[in-house]
Amino acid sequence: MASTSLLLEIVRNMSKNIIENKELLTELDRAIGDSDHGINMAKGFSAVHEKLGEMEGKDWGYILKTIAMTLISTVGGASGPLYGTAFLRAAKVVEGKGKIDRKDVINMFHEAIEGIKMRGKSDQGDKTMLDALIPAFETLKSAYEEGEDSKIAFKRAEESALKGVEYTKTIIARKGRASYLGERSIGHQDPGATSSYILIKSINQVLEKN
Amino acid sequence: MIFLKKIINDRDRVVEEMLQGMVKAHPEFIKRLEGSNVVVRKDAPVKGKVALISGGGSGHEPSHGGFVGLGMLDGAVAGEVFTSPTPEEVYKGIKAVDGGKGVLLIIKNYTGDVMNFEMAAEMAELEGIKVEKVIVNDDVAVEDSTYTVGRRGIAGTILVHKIAGAAAERGLDLLEVKRVAEKAIENVRSMGMSLTPCIVPAAGKPSFEIGEDEMEIGLGIHGEPGTHKEKIKTAREITTILLDRIIRDKRFVNEEVAVLVNGLGGTPLMELYIVNREAHKILEDNGIKVYKTLVGNYMTSLEMAGVSISLLKLDEELKGLLDDRANTPAFKQI
Repeated sequence: MASTSLLLEIVRNMSKNIIENKELLTELDRAIGDSDHGINMAKGFSAVHEKLGEMEGKDWGYILKTIAMTLISTVGGASGPLYGTAFLRAAKVVEGKGKIDRKDVINMFHEAIEGIKMRGKSDQGDKTMLDALIPAFETLKSAYEEGEDSKIAFKRAEESALKGVEYTKTIIARKGRASYLGERSIGHQDPGATSSYILIKSINQVLEKN
Repeated sequence: MIFLKKIINDRDRVVEEMLQGMVKAHPEFIKRLEGSNVVVRKDAPVKGKVALISGGGSGHEPSHGGFVGLGMLDGAVAGEVFTSPTPEEVYKGIKAVDGGKGVLLIIKNYTGDVMNFEMAAEMAELEGIKVEKVIVNDDVAVEDSTYTVGRRGIAGTILVHKIAGAAAERGLDLLEVKRVAEKAIENVRSMGMSLTPCIVPAAGKPSFEIGEDEMEIGLGIHGEPGTHKEKIKTAREITTILLDRIIRDKRFVNEEVAVLVNGLGGTPLMELYIVNREAHKILEDNGIKVYKTLVGNYMTSLEMAGVSISLLKLDEELKGLLDDRANTPAFKQI
């Protein structure tokens, strides 16, 4: 069972990692997009970081919803509504819960991905954040089914997410501004998949410490 | 980080400071909605008139705030440079301009813009405001297929503002205004090229690399790279490349059109007029009659040097709407 103090530690780590990788994400976006992914994500997660105090002692649903609304109202671009929708969908699964179990984790992750698919009208293979998130989710699910604990499950999920990021280098972008480049988008790693990987890695880092 | 040679104070405050200056420049047309990056008509909300909202990332000035006023937009929502505004900002704009007859959102076809404006529309509809949307996708440089997000919205959007704004000013209802906006979108095509990239202040680096003697064909208005690079050519050859693609895309031959020669921010009017000269010759050679010409910086891309050309195919209805009066900071029709 995972408590909300663990969640807050994860959120803190997500904010730290996104802000630290601002330049990297912007640089990746410069190659195939419009040079703003890192700037916008850092802005959003700085705002999330500022709200950590107000999230203290609240339930999982409240915390995730606060993150969602903060990202929607600060990030802008495409990432704001996409990550915002993901956190909002996840929040609904765990409304009012002080602790969550593995089934909740799977449901949250599943809903978050469905939310991104719906909002972005996209799927795996389009060279988006889904190319990191979907493999990570599938790995996580099968690790749980094999009876592994969250530490191992998320470690494997992180590895799959990273493979997903690598995979984005080999495919043509079909969504977002990178899609205008057509074949010229091949060879470049997707900034959205990269930020998704950073978020999953942030979860894993906290689990490893605890 | 290279040295940022721009006339700014703080690279993280360019949008805020620009909006303050813009409102001070045009107090007879626009006012700022307090606590937001939205500018609206001075007399907003106009009772009994369908309201029009557009917007998107900043850095395209005078788009879109410069087209707020009589006969065009009721409100413009400014995001960060090249970044869509958030749903909350667009929602504030919708609420502020609704005069009881509903609000039409004119969205340029970019993933972020479409998502944020759609979320805002959902929020406004929950409060009982009638909202419709149209999506401008005039850029022929982008292949329109099921494997892409479709064509981008670029300078042709200005002509859509004009047509839809005139329809709203005439007192047409929301669905009628939407119909003429869609008719304008269906009949407008654009394509651009550039000689230099631009630098987003907060990023501090050029948006793409280009050789001293090269030009980028078919690029978008956010410094996203175009379809290809080639050696720089004469104004005549460049105009031919752009117009060939536009004319091939839509049957303009033997039709009447409005032509918009749009500067991307860093190209002098002198060069835009030269492009216009070539454009008129090419159009004449193709039996295309020019009904109206616009030359200037309407939809820019920061300091990028370059030009886009838009053609709008006209029928009697569109001609009439194009001729209607408009009075905004950046577009006047007497």
